[in-house]
Parts: sequence; C-alpha cells; structure tokens
Amino acid sequence: MTEYRPDKSGRFGEFGGQFAPETLMPALQELETAFETAWSDDVFHSQLAELFASFVGRPTPVYHAQRLSERVGAAVYLKREDLAHTGAHKINNTLGQALLTKRMGKSRVVAETGAGQHGVATATACALLGLECVVYMGAKDIERQALNVYRMRLLGAEVVAVHKGAATLKDAVSEAFRYWVSSVESTHYIIGSVVGPHPFPYIVREFQKIIGIELHDQMSGDPGSLPRPDVIVASVGGGSNAMGIFYPWIRSGVDLVGVEAAGHGLESGEHGASLVAGSPGVLHGSMTYMLQDSDGQVVEAHSVSAGLDYPGSGPEHAYFRDEGIARYVAVTDVEALAAFHEFSKLEGIIPALESAHAVAWVLREAADLAGKTVVINLSGRGDKDVQQVAAMQEGGAQ
Amino acid sequence: MTGKERLAALFQEARMANRAVFMPYLTVGLPDPASSLDMFRAMADAGADAFEVGFPYSDPLMDGPTIHEAGLAAIAAGTTVKVGFDLVAEIASTTGKPVIVMTYVNPVLAIGIESFVDQLVESGAAALIVSDIAVGESRDIADACSQRGIGYVQFVAPTTGAERLQEIVAADPVFVYGIAELGVTGKREVGSSNLTALATTIRAASDVPLVFGVGISNPEQAAAAAAVGDGVIVGSALVREVLESTTSHDGAAKLSAAVKMFSSAMAR
Repeated sequence: MTEYRPDKSGRFGEFGGQFAPETLMPALQELETAFETAWSDDVFHSQLAELFASFVGRPTPVYHAQRLSERVGAAVYLKREDLAHTGAHKINNTLGQALLTKRMGKSRVVAETGAGQHGVATATACALLGLECVVYMGAKDIERQALNVYRMRLLGAEVVAVHKGAATLKDAVSEAFRYWVSSVESTHYIIGSVVGPHPFPYIVREFQKIIGIELHDQMSGDPGSLPRPDVIVASVGGGSNAMGIFYPWIRSGVDLVGVEAAGHGLESGEHGASLVAGSPGVLHGSMTYMLQDSDGQVVEAHSVSAGLDYPGSGPEHAYFRDEGIARYVAVTDVEALAAFHEFSKLEGIIPALESAHAVAWVLREAADLAGKTVVINLSGRGDKDVQQVAAMQEGGAQ
Repeated sequence: MTGKERLAALFQEARMANRAVFMPYLTVGLPDPASSLDMFRAMADAGADAFEVGFPYSDPLMDGPTIHEAGLAAIAAGTTVKVGFDLVAEIASTTGKPVIVMTYVNPVLAIGIESFVDQLVESGAAALIVSDIAVGESRDIADACSQRGIGYVQFVAPTTGAERLQEIVAADPVFVYGIAELGVTGKREVGSSNLTALATTIRAASDVPLVFGVGISNPEQAAAAAAVGDGVIVGSALVREVLESTTSHDGAAKLSAAVKMFSSAMAR
C-alpha cells in the first residue's frame, strides 16, 4: 500500500489547498493539529477500532453477487458498506470526527447532508458521544429523503432546511460553512465527504480508507482468500466512499473506476459529473474539478441521487484524474434507476441510488468486464430511496 | 498616483482630520446594471469616502442572506464580471472616489489572475478584497496586485492569533479589514464587543489602517467602530435598502439618506 499525505499547503498535486476565510483559518489549523496528534495516538486508534467493531459492525463483508455475476459475465463482488450501522459508509468518518470534536473540547457539531446518510451518521455519532448536532439539508432533499430527516430528529439532531439556490447538497454545504463561521469557537464542522479546505479531504480519507484496507485482507488472492480484484468501482459525489476504497489500492495495477452522475445526460448540462465534464476551480474551500461558467459562477448540479447532486468532487479525485491513478465515468438517472430495480431483483439487496450508479456502470460495460473480477463498493442501502422511486414511478418519471 | 497610493492618502488625510472614513458596500449591478451607477452616485453625493463594490457570486460563503440575495439578483439581471468592471470604471470616473472591488476567489481564477488585475487597473479600481481567502492562498493574487499598484486587503478576525497577525501585517495590505463579529455579513441586534480588543491588538502590531466591517448595521455600531478604527464598512443594511425599493430612484434616495445617517453618526 502506497501511503502519502497532502503537501504543506494541503495540496494533492495542484489540487486542494486552503481557500478559507480568515475567521476559519485558526480552526483549520487547530483541527489539523488535533488530527495529527490523535492519529499518532494508539489510544485514539483503539477507541476508533473498538467502535468500528462493536458499534458499526466492521469489517463489513465482501459478498459474491452470483446472479449479477452471471448477468454480467464477470465475477462481481460487493463490498457491503450498506451493512455498516446507519446503512452507509458515512459512519466511518463521523465517528472519527466526533471523537476529534471531543478531543478539541468542543460541544457542538454542524454538518451538511444531501441524501441524509451523512446527516444520520453524524446524528448517530453525536448521540453516542453526547454532542449537540445541527444538520443543514436542502429543502428539495428534505422532501425526497423524508425518512432520513425523521431518523435524524429521532437521534436528537436539529435539522435546518436550506431554501437557497437549488436547495440541494451544495447549498447545504454553504450554509453549514456559514454556521461554522459564526460559531467556530464552540463548534466543529463534520464535513461529509473528501471535500472542503485542508485538512478535511485528508482527514476524511484517513477515516474512510478502512474500506479499502479491509478489502486488501478480504481479496488478497492468497490461498484461502478471495481472488484479487481487477476492477474496483465506486460512485462519486464528493467522493468519500470511492476514496475510501480506492486509496489503499492506488498504483497496484487495479483499474479504479469512479462513477459520477450524468443526470439527464452530459450533453443536457444537467448533471453532477464534475470530473468528467467540469473544469478546475475553487469550490467550498479547495481547488478541484467543478461545474462553473466562464465567470467562475458555480453551475447547479442535477442528479436523481441526492448524494451525487453536487457540482464538485474531492481534490484528491481531481489529482487521481489528472495523474491517471483512477478514471472517471458517468451514468444517467435513467441508467441508475434501471440498475436500482434490476439489482434489487437479482440480489435481494436494495442499493442506495448513489451506489446504483456504480452498479449501472457495471451492467453497461458488461462486455468489457467479461471474465474479470470486479468489486462494487456498495456504499449504502436504498431504503431511504424507496419512497422517492415509488413516487417517480407513480408520476410516470421512470 | 496608483490606486493603492490614492487609498493610502485617503486614510492619511482622515487620520490628520481625526475622522474615520465611511466605505459603503454595495453589490454592483443592483438593482440592474443600467441603474447601478445611480446608486453609487447617490452615496458619493451623500458623503461616502470610498466604495466597496461587491461583485456578485453564486455561492458567497462569507455573506449572509441579504448580500446573497442581492448577488443572485444582480447575476439574474446580467451582471457578468465584464459588466462589473465596466461599472467600476464608471463609478470611479464619475464619483472620483476610490473603488475597492470585493469578490470571491473563484471568479478571479476563472478570469485569470493577470487578466483580473489588468481589468482592475484599466477600470481605475484602487484595491481588491477577496472574501474567502486569507494569508497563504492570497499570495499570488496579492503579489499580482502589488506589482500593478493595486492595494490588497487582508482580514483579521476575532479568532486570529498573534502569529497569524504578524503574517497578515507583513503581507503589506493597503488596509486591514477587521471582522467585528464572528460570522457572515448581515444585521446584528447587539453591538460588537470585539472592536476595542481587536483594535488594540492590531495597533500594537502595526500602524496599517484598520477598517471594521461585518455585522455593523446601525448608526450606534458604526459610531463604536469609528471611535477605534480608521474606517467603517456597512454592507447588508444598505443592500437591503435597494432590495426593498420599488424603483431605482427610490433606492438611490434611501441610500442617500442612509449614508448621511451613518456618516453623521461616525463623527468623532
């Protein structure tokens, strides 16, 4: 496993950095110091490992998806992050950051959420550790993810609706940042993906890399183990589940494929595929690929999946893209919804709409994948999406 | 005289006269590009010393709802970066007041740092503020400004520590923008308790002009800031006047009254 850190200015190659207002700079430095201290402290690691094992249910299993394999003509395995407590990989990061919050002596947490998975995972970690929790969520997402809104409230979090802009994930991140600027002395911002100013992308990667590390143990190719993967596929919104599974496998000869949301189609301009169809710029504190116009105004993203409905992606993915360390592709809403249905029937697992994008790519590229060993990071379960998909079908959208 | 020198001269002159300068902020292109100049002209006639001209941005992280709404309205009315610079040129030449362009970092990078600074020079702007970056990431932009005689403004927040403060004043800002309140721009009911402490800390580190902004929305707060700072920026309270106006004529009249009210409150 090749390990590296961002450089002193928080960059991965030319991407990343710390494009943050002065008010937040001291907090970012404090966070970096707190993380470095914790991450070199065995006590912190054993605390986190204990929670991962007994609270989250890690390691999450790898499952050989037999019927999907037959359908695709490849050996398809699923890394079952959907089985992690709260139903997605997001909990890996929120537990780590909530522990950091305690170490920094802060009593309150703010977070943004798109699909609601990060919000639920944050609310869960806060309940566990006795922290106050405020979650910003786009009004449109509150509508399409009603179940997760209720879950967050059950867990004791305050959910605040954001009506600005497209009322989706981007706007929720912006509002969470504004809240943090106002309350930085008492509050930590648990950002939900490998995005934001340094050190966030680095910290979130470090907490999420457990996914890929476990996969190394589970699919080493050694006798008695599962075969080594040829291809690892993961959906990319901000990109934390993809980074978590990719990072321990970079430059190892495995084909790493990040699947973005093509929404209504790349040519429609209504999509969330910043790595495939965006350009470099600064979004939410870091230099990365993003959707923007020629004046640098942020262009609204679109995806049927609330978690992929974001006009940027993590800076380390931008670095991977330009260096050829991973490749990035996109599938449309229609393809993702078809995969959501087909996969549910084939495997008895309802995938999150985000993860359904990764499944859709595998279904679409079956011819090229024939005979290969493919791992899909099944980043989340789809219970939260059932209501939305049902409503779309009734409305004739599908 | 370069833009930076003109602005420095304004602060020098104000110190000699024992007064603080009043620098209203207004989003450019508001209520629409055609009426925008009238807004600034009304404020100049009412006694503004200089202007912070806000370039509208889709995702203004440091701004509260009022300036965010204004930015989206200006963009919808056709205020591109080019339109913004055309208006800056008109504001600068018509009013004769120093113009400080305030923007977010991504438009500067999208246009290109060199090209953006060229346009600052060509439009007659005096200085640049980039809201969402601090010492460190601002180096390239600040250097490009400095080479062309454009002043660059650095922020100091209540959270800024002594070490960072040294870095900030060492970056040679044309003035320091003292953030009066933690948080984003917008109205506060209660006056800041940070002003005096912030002023004392900054004065001990440097004699760079200190201008207070963020959260100064009424004459009492402006007076308190003027008592300890070299200048005062009022933004959201003025932007709100324009947003709530029925006509541009009405907006100009309300701005004029507001600027007179703030200016007289600031007299030491």
